[in-house]
Amino acid sequence: MFAYLVRRLFLMLVTLFGISVVIFFLLRIVPGNIVDILFAAAGYVDPADKANLEKELGIDQPLVVQYWHWISGFLRGDFGYSYVSEKPALQEILPRIPITARLAGLALLFSASIGIPLGVISAVKQGTRLDYALRVVSLSGLSLPSFWLGLLILTASVAMFNQMPIFNPNPQTWLEAFATYAVPAAAVGFRSAALTMRITRSSMLEVLRQDYIRTARAKGASDAAVNYQHALKNAILPVITVIGIEAAFLIGGLIVTETVFNIPGVARFLVEAIRWRDYPIVQNLVMLIAIVVVSANFIVDMLYAVFDPRIRYTD
Amino acid sequence: MADKSDLVLEVKGLKTVFFTNSGLFQAVDDVSFTVKRGETLAIVGESGCGKSVTALSLMRLVPDPPGRIVGGSVMLEGTDLLALDETEMRAVRGNRISMIFQEPMTSLNPVMRIGDQIVEAVRLHRKMSKREAQDVAVEMLRLVRIPEPARRAREYPHQLSGGMRQRAMIAMALACRPALLIADEPTTALDVTIQAQILALILDLQKELGTGLVLITHDLGVVAQTAQRVIVMYAGRKVEEASVEALFAAPKHPYTRGLMASIPTVPAPGVVAPARLNEIPGTVPSLVRLPKGCAFAPRCKLAIKRCEAEYPPLIDWGGGHLAACWRAAEIAEVA
Repeated sequence: MFAYLVRRLFLMLVTLFGISVVIFFLLRIVPGNIVDILFAAAGYVDPADKANLEKELGIDQPLVVQYWHWISGFLRGDFGYSYVSEKPALQEILPRIPITARLAGLALLFSASIGIPLGVISAVKQGTRLDYALRVVSLSGLSLPSFWLGLLILTASVAMFNQMPIFNPNPQTWLEAFATYAVPAAAVGFRSAALTMRITRSSMLEVLRQDYIRTARAKGASDAAVNYQHALKNAILPVITVIGIEAAFLIGGLIVTETVFNIPGVARFLVEAIRWRDYPIVQNLVMLIAIVVVSANFIVDMLYAVFDPRIRYTD
Repeated sequence: MADKSDLVLEVKGLKTVFFTNSGLFQAVDDVSFTVKRGETLAIVGESGCGKSVTALSLMRLVPDPPGRIVGGSVMLEGTDLLALDETEMRAVRGNRISMIFQEPMTSLNPVMRIGDQIVEAVRLHRKMSKREAQDVAVEMLRLVRIPEPARRAREYPHQLSGGMRQRAMIAMALACRPALLIADEPTTALDVTIQAQILALILDLQKELGTGLVLITHDLGVVAQTAQRVIVMYAGRKVEEASVEALFAAPKHPYTRGLMASIPTVPAPGVVAPARLNEIPGTVPSLVRLPKGCAFAPRCKLAIKRCEAEYPPLIDWGGGHLAACWRAAEIAEVA
């Protein structure tokens, strides 16, 4: 087990190194840097000024040097300064993390707490009208982009209540905080809930055919005990995998959702920073997101062993 | 004839049908039998003859849809199981009537500890604390002769061999001391050496606990060793019923004779064994399109005109030896 963990951590480091290289060079392949953008906006170019500014920001140096400069800083926790605001990048990123984390956490909670029970019901009632209705809802969840759903929610709330759910940065009560995050979380989590439901359904259908389900019934277990204690516990592995992958996909959904709902979170900030080629913000933020995603994968693998005693990580 | 109160199970005219895309078929058609306390009744027949569906019908576990029990009665200790609602039936399942299945490898829940699976069976039917039920579980594992039962109770099914798993299944089925145990091919999936042990175990426990046993098998060797009475099923119907001695001494139905002839025998020293095993020609007919007369007639060497036209009634040929064959009276001479 210990050797497995060591190997696993080593692989995570290799992955993160690869991501750092890719994001660093991809950013530089994109035409234009912050200096180009500033000078283009100003409307005139004095090559000497431009070179000075590039030198000041350190983007005139060879790429390898730049990379080393960045990654060694990142490992020390020194994220550099934002090109745009000229504040320390860490100060810019940190306060935005809890907002996005709450949104993502709530969206995942939403997708698991809705998707799993509905998936079980859909499987147990296979072929009934309820099953068909649930499947249509889940299909629509998969096909509706979250920004479109977000816009629909906003439009509907204006039409029906004459007001928009506006992001409240300082909610006073717990309920207010929930209301602030719940609507955008639902918009972005609808897709995950739909996917979770579909996977739960198909996994449950597979498990419900197994011999041990018949054994459970032969013991005299109730339908609820058979479906939730016996079947779901066996059907949950693929669901966990999907929720783990969704945790990563969520970042993409959050970018548009934060924009649509005007939420000052990490995801929207990242898009802004990319537009300005604000290298310190983009690079460090993407690395942080990558660490979250890689850790989520690791947690999923560990959860396998928790849920299925047949899986034991040995050397 | 035994006293009526001695009866654990009395099945009368059981009919189970399946609704499928290719039509409706009667998987179990008008099957009746009884089991006394401590008695072993064997149900034999080829795959698809309806013996497993009969067993599942007794448990009311026939998957619906596509299956449904449409007639008859199943009296267990004087209660008609077919008249119970689902909640009442759940209180009977695993309690008064239990079942063990063919596949020990897949019949236990892979993500639950062995002990917990037995504890569940116990606590569903007995008011017991978890602690007490755990003690019962370990005791049951000891009863089925699993070494180190306390340790095994904490293990998962994949940590046990096939034979051990079947023992655990038996422990689970008998945990509430049922009046009737149904064993659906309990040894078919096991190694030959383990088969004998498991059979001996089931019979020992049956004697010890006085359980009635319905043993479903296609293996006549097993029948001869274990059962007191035998039912032979063909195409969903009972075609012959007799005590084990009477059946093996003088089978009345050509199908039973065919089954017996197809048991390979070890030739006496110096005798050349026949190159080919005896078999019953043809296959079990599709239950959707059963012939009008005797379902076995198309495969029967002794079939006469009447066999194809009319289904033969089950007739008692003396001493409770029933057979449904037009030629049962003369079978000893003609076969």
